[in-house]
Amino acid sequence: MSDRISPVEGPGDWVKSERQHERERLRRSHGRRSASIATVSTVVFLVLVVWGVTSSPGWPRVAATFLDGEEFVHALPDVLSGFVLNIKMFLITEVLVLAVGLLVALARGIRTPAFFPIRALATLYTDIFRGVPTILLILLVGFGLPALRLQGIPTDLATLGIIALTLSYGAYVAEVFRSGIESIHPSQVAAARSLGLSHAKTMRFVVLPQATRRVVPPLLNDFVSLQKDTALVAVIGPLEALRMAQIHVAHSFKYSPYLASALLFLLLTIPLARFTDHLAARTRRRRGA
Amino acid sequence: MSLLSIDGVWKHFHGQSVLRGIDLEVDAHEVVSLIGASGSGKSTLLRCVNLLETVDDGVILLDGEDITDPRIDVDDVRKRIGIVFQSFNLFPHMTVLDNITLAPRQVHRVAKAQAEEQAHELLVRFGLEGKARAFPDQLSGGQQQRVAIIRALATQPRLMLLDEVTSALDPQLVVEVLAIIRELKDSGMTMVLTTHEMSFCRDISDTVCFLDGGVLVEKGPPEQLFDAPEHPRTKEFLRSVVHSGRF
Repeated sequence: MSDRISPVEGPGDWVKSERQHERERLRRSHGRRSASIATVSTVVFLVLVVWGVTSSPGWPRVAATFLDGEEFVHALPDVLSGFVLNIKMFLITEVLVLAVGLLVALARGIRTPAFFPIRALATLYTDIFRGVPTILLILLVGFGLPALRLQGIPTDLATLGIIALTLSYGAYVAEVFRSGIESIHPSQVAAARSLGLSHAKTMRFVVLPQATRRVVPPLLNDFVSLQKDTALVAVIGPLEALRMAQIHVAHSFKYSPYLASALLFLLLTIPLARFTDHLAARTRRRRGA
Repeated sequence: MSLLSIDGVWKHFHGQSVLRGIDLEVDAHEVVSLIGASGSGKSTLLRCVNLLETVDDGVILLDGEDITDPRIDVDDVRKRIGIVFQSFNLFPHMTVLDNITLAPRQVHRVAKAQAEEQAHELLVRFGLEGKARAFPDQLSGGQQQRVAIIRALATQPRLMLLDEVTSALDPQLVVEVLAIIRELKDSGMTMVLTTHEMSFCRDISDTVCFLDGGVLVEKGPPEQLFDAPEHPRTKEFLRSVVHSGRF
């Protein structure tokens, strides 16, 4: 349909000029200098840090209690079996949080007058559960819910922990979803509505698919945080990694079990954090920034 | 009876009157162009017809039905009107085919196979065969705008509204979009369009309306409005258009 104009005859093949060779040589030598400066300053920094820590007056005692290899190996199997419970709690909470967050975010966008109570409730929910410290919420749910002695209320400590974490993180994730929904340009809604799509169908087919893609990096960030916050559930007593480590510490007065559980958490959170960075970088590239 | 009848329409934004008692009749198969400077109210008038804005006074009738009645089902009105925007507004997460078939399938309950067959016919007709599986960001601006026109056409509207559909395009790409609009006119589509392309406007319109400061200053067949404008404001506007090299 369009008549494309054929490209203009160029000056022939490119032969790199002497000037360009010289420029590239200078850039290479500059790059080499930057790399050596970075290496030297890193080594100096590390030496200073290690020297500063090990020459502190309490270092021998810290080394004896935290870096006890024998106790570390002794506690590791128990801490590891506790950590399996952390992973279970994390996986279940994650799914629940996504559902709660999305529903609450959608509820806050409802404009139908009859559903005003739902909208008000959703707003109240995010206000309250984002405002209460997670550890307090775990204590309240963990000791408060069973005390009601209602039929069907779970008494399993890990389950109560999952409920508390879901309430807390659901509020955060709802806000993430809501900001994603609001970031979709109004012209997209106008285009959908002008085609005759209802509000609900506009949400479902046009707004949510775009919003969800946009909020994946911040969502993963919240999940990194959720992974380690499963350790907070230790305060109500289920035998997860931190609780297991505490038990060992109470027996031996060596703190290396804490170090063991810290390492296990890092093994889980660092890969997810790197993956989040990777996704964020990919999104930036796609937007052509 | 006119297909579209606009009677004494007012619209205010933040205490400013953007439309000041607009009257306009559009017959079936007629092409009406709205011209005027930016901020003269052309786009607002189109958005009022499509109920993307609510009018502050006056009546708009579509096929004799009062669509400014608060009790009207807005989705049902919009089903009968297609609109194309300056900025295309394609859905970036959907293929060309999905963009086109979304409304027929979800609003008009057309079966998937039938909606896709119809979409393919339109793509072929408008020179976009082979682009069905492409995503909007893989297309040129002209191709995106042609898809947007096809998307609006796919629901077989009674009336098409075109809001400066070539303003975001390179001169090379304007031509291919204008060709489509001309074909739509030949097929008998009723259209109301706003444009800055004066020679095209003169060529395609049955009636040209000049808006200034929210008032419909002058209206008539293109020969009359362009060659023998009566109102001083119209003369002034056309002079500035000629000076800026757009005519």
